[in-house]
Parts: sequence; structure tokens; C-alpha cells
Amino acid sequence: MVIAFKNETFRDDFTFSNSPAAIRRFPFPFHEDKYMYSVNIEPHVPGPKGSVYEFPIDIDEHYVSEMRDRELVLKADPGRCQALPHMMTAQWDMLELLMTSMARDYPEHFSLTQDGDRWHWINRPLGIDQKFTFGDVKTLPYEPMEYIGRQCQGDFSIQDQRDGQLWMDAGIITTQADWSLDFDIGMNFFEWHGPVPLAHQAGVFDRALKFLLNLQHGRPVRRLNWTMTINPRLDTSPENYHKWGVDRTTVTPENVGDKVHLRVELQGLWRLPRSNTILFSIRCYMIKMRELVTVPKWGRRLPRVLRTLPPELVDYKGLTRYRDTTLEWLSKYDDGAPTTLGCGPD
Amino acid sequence: MLVSGIKSRPVYPGLSPDPNARRNLIVCDRAGAEAVVELVARAGEDFVKRASVILVADDASSEEAAALQKKLDPVHVEVACSLDAAIAQLREILSGASMGLRLYAAGSEPLIGSVVQAGAENFIDPLSVRTEHRGSLMRRVQCVHCKGMTENVVTNPVKCAHCGLLLLVRDHYSRRLAAFQGVCINAEDPSDSPEPKVEFQ
Ligand code: HEM
Repeated sequence: MVIAFKNETFRDDFTFSNSPAAIRRFPFPFHEDKYMYSVNIEPHVPGPKGSVYEFPIDIDEHYVSEMRDRELVLKADPGRCQALPHMMTAQWDMLELLMTSMARDYPEHFSLTQDGDRWHWINRPLGIDQKFTFGDVKTLPYEPMEYIGRQCQGDFSIQDQRDGQLWMDAGIITTQADWSLDFDIGMNFFEWHGPVPLAHQAGVFDRALKFLLNLQHGRPVRRLNWTMTINPRLDTSPENYHKWGVDRTTVTPENVGDKVHLRVELQGLWRLPRSNTILFSIRCYMIKMRELVTVPKWGRRLPRVLRTLPPELVDYKGLTRYRDTTLEWLSKYDDGAPTTLGCGPD
Repeated sequence: MLVSGIKSRPVYPGLSPDPNARRNLIVCDRAGAEAVVELVARAGEDFVKRASVILVADDASSEEAAALQKKLDPVHVEVACSLDAAIAQLREILSGASMGLRLYAAGSEPLIGSVVQAGAENFIDPLSVRTEHRGSLMRRVQCVHCKGMTENVVTNPVKCAHCGLLLLVRDHYSRRLAAFQGVCINAEDPSDSPEPKVEFQ
């Protein structure tokens, strides 16, 4: 299938929007009318055709514009992409996984020819044609993680496994929900999750870590995480919080539909074969309230979730200033009818 | 945003002697020196023979420094005039050190953090460094916006010494940077400037 890539922005004039097809395939994260943290991990197996789960790496209509935004972020702040020196094998592992997945699943857009260590990669949407030697950094314009990270939607971090722990020792992170790679690099699973409320006490991170330490090659897993963002801004980094934080005060009853976005992260976890590290992908999907309520079930469910969200999560996700205004706007789409279990549209 | 109770905040279990170390290298400031005195008193003669101290004297008078040196006797003490000088000295020792060296740090958190950081650069496991927090609660804070470090922070919020933003000091701590994270406190409402309160004395 040939994807029609949109030309849009995630900053300044914020022209991002979803096509009706993109709305239908949005990974709405709530399977019931309430939400709390849990160890929501499931096998990352192929899902229905056309869904965001169809392929392990999902490329969609926002691809080209998202890659342009990533380029702008990296230009302004190269620290968003960092790898500790012992992560080079893992970087090649990541490049292999992404190139082989993308070329296999989107042959119209990407192709990969492998002749031993001599690889030939073609990325048509971005106009890239690169021959290189797998394992030889000098044959690529960037280190492998950055090279492929600049060509794949989603943020990525790579975790080394040592001493019964995972260590975030590399990453390319330009679309983060308010956390800093530069600050967190080198931390372990409990440390980088330090700022998350309630989940530590509930044992969520103990169980999740135990599970991940046993993650097998060839059996990736996934989970969904979510927050909300004002304006379709991909770069909601703490680095730039002093620039975008004020957006949160601009929500009015008139602009909720266009300004307020549900932001969902489809997170994939793969054991990488040579390095025994774990690749973590954070694939971000955004949807405007106006778009979301075109699916009646979602329009009913989201206000119910927001109204009953534990106060610690409201605070952590930064919703405090605009939750009530958003709820008021959304409430006209909730007629009180029961909703069916499961995330998808009815 | 979670400010306190964050798991990345290190814990400092207190100094204890390593009877198997071939060399015990201790870095402390004046408050930490008291913990070292107690350590030396507790540890056997063998430990003392293999121990040496780098003492950060800061603005202590030479009499005060000499008095501390005497208290630590018979352990060999080198006096450094500042934390930076002590860490430079430590780095030099570590770069030439052989196996069997045990590192200790006692005093303020920036001191402990800097010692652990210098150790890590020389492949010493941070958790293997024996640490004890004594004296001031002052912090080193990294501004997440401009990445500049502000030293000896005792208030919350604090003005970034580099970009001037008013920073909320979180408990989120990076061992690699040996610093706590500072995040603009009034990004959402720049007209709101909370008064800095002494919180880390
Ligand atoms: C190894 C892969 C993972 C990485 C690199 C990672 C990274 C992160 C980071 C950087 C944050 C933001 C923390 C902050 O506020 O500074 C976060 C949040 C969180 N993580 Fe993970 N994580 C991973 C796996 C998991 C897993 C398997 C779970 C399963 C329970 C999980 C649950 C959470 C939760 C509940 C939050 C709070 C999210 C929110 O409310 O917006 N993480 N994670």
C-alpha cells in the first residue's frame, strides 16, 4: 500500500491533523471507563490489516513531516541523541531490526539489499540511497542509531542488561512527554522511572522489570502509555518546557476541539540478538479532541476516564490547568450510555 | 510533577571499612571528616596502614585544617583547598590505581556525587563506593534548560546561575552528572515568581 505522506508542522503554525483513516486506526488506550497504571504488557504480534499493530514498526501519513521535525530538534539540541561507548553493537542491532522491518513491510517506500556485510538501503520518501558496510561506522554519515533513528517514526532508547538491571545507555529522543535523555542516560529501570507516582508502591515496576529481564529474542512485547498535549507539539521536552509550558494556559471552551490532544505512545520492546540489549520504541500518536469525538465510543469514554483519574496522575501528566475546561467540552459527547469493553470503535 | 520521594535519589548507607582492600582512599570535607574519624576508630590497624584521606578544607583556617589532620592521625591526610582541587587529585590517583582500591566519600552530597562520578569514569561501580552524608544538605543542580550547573544550592526554587530561570529543584538525581534536576518553576505562568525558601541547609 502506498501511503500519501502529509506536509504538516508540529510547531509554530501547527498544521498537523489526522485523515479520517488515521482517526479510525488511532490506538485509543482505554479499554474501560477508568484508568490506572498496571503492568499492561502484551505480545507484539501482528494485528488487523491497516491497524497500527499490523507491522512491528508502524509508518503512517505523518512520517515525512515527523522526520523533518526530528531534524529540527536535533539541529537545535544534539544532546537528544546520545549513546555510551559500549553501545555500538546494540546500535547496529537496532539498525538491522528497523531496516529489515521497514523494507519487508513497506516495500513501496523502503528497500534493503544485503550481500554479506555490504548493505544497500533505499528510503524513497526521504530521498535517501545509501550503500554501507554493516558494522563499519565510517561508512555511514551518522552512528547507526542516529542514522536509522532519523528515518523512523518514534523515539528509541536502548537498554543494556547488567547485574539484574536494565540501564538506559543510548537513545534518540525528540518527541518525549516531558523527560530528558540527557539527564536520564546511564540510569537504571527504577531510577529513570523515579518521577512516576504510585506505580513504584503498587509493585508495577518490580514486576515489569522482572518480566523484561527475561524478554526473548524474536518475541517482542508492547504496551500503551498516554498523556495529553496542548497543540500538536511533538517536542514536549523538559529542555524546552519554559517555551511550551505556557500553552497549557491557552485552553478555552472555544478552542478545546482543536488545541487539546490525546497523546498515545505505542511502546515496543525487542531483545536485540548480538548485544543482548533491549530496544524500547516510543511511537507517538496524537489526536485532536474534535477528531476523537467522531468515534462515539471514544467521545463517551474519554470524559469518564478524565473525570475519575487519580489526582496524582492528573498532576504528573500536567493536566491540572485544562482538565476541567476539556471535560466540560467533552461532556456533550457523553450521553451516559454504556460503553462496550475493549479499545476500538464499535 | 513529582518533586520529592523520587527513587533516583541516592541513599548513603554510611562508612564501613573494607578489610580486604589493599588501599583505602577516602575523600571528605570538614563535616565528613567526623565520620572518617569514627571509621578510623572502628577499623583495625591494618585498615589505617592502607588508608589515606583527601580533605577538602574549603575556607577553613590552616589551624582548623591542622586540627582535623591531627584528629585523623595516623592516617595520611592531603589537604585540598576546594572540592574541584580534591577531585582533580582523586582523578589523578585513580587513573594510575591498580586493583584492590576501595573508595570512600563522606560529607556533602555534591562531594559524594563528585567522588562517585570520578570513580565511575575509572570503571569503579558507583554502588561499591562507601558513602556517608554529613553536614550541609546543599545540592548541585543542573538546569534542564541550559544544562548549566548551579553549585551549593540551599533554596527551592533557585535562580539558575547561567540562564537566570527560576528553577524548581526536584529529587530526580543523575549519578552521571552528580546533580539534581532543576526545572523552570513558572513556565506555565511567568508572572508567578514564588519566593525562594531555604530547604537544603
Ligand atoms: C525498558 C523500557 C522502558 C523505558 C526506557 C521507559 C522509560 C520511561 C520514562 C523515561 C518515563 C518518564 C519518567 C519521568 O517522568 O521522568 C516512563 C514513564 C512510565 N513508564 Fe516506562 N519505560 C520502560 C518500560 C516500562 C514498562 C515495561 C512499564 C510497565 C508497566 C512502564 C511503565 C511506565 C509508567 C506507568 C510511566 C508513567 C507514564 C505516564 O503516566 O505518563 N515503563 N518510562
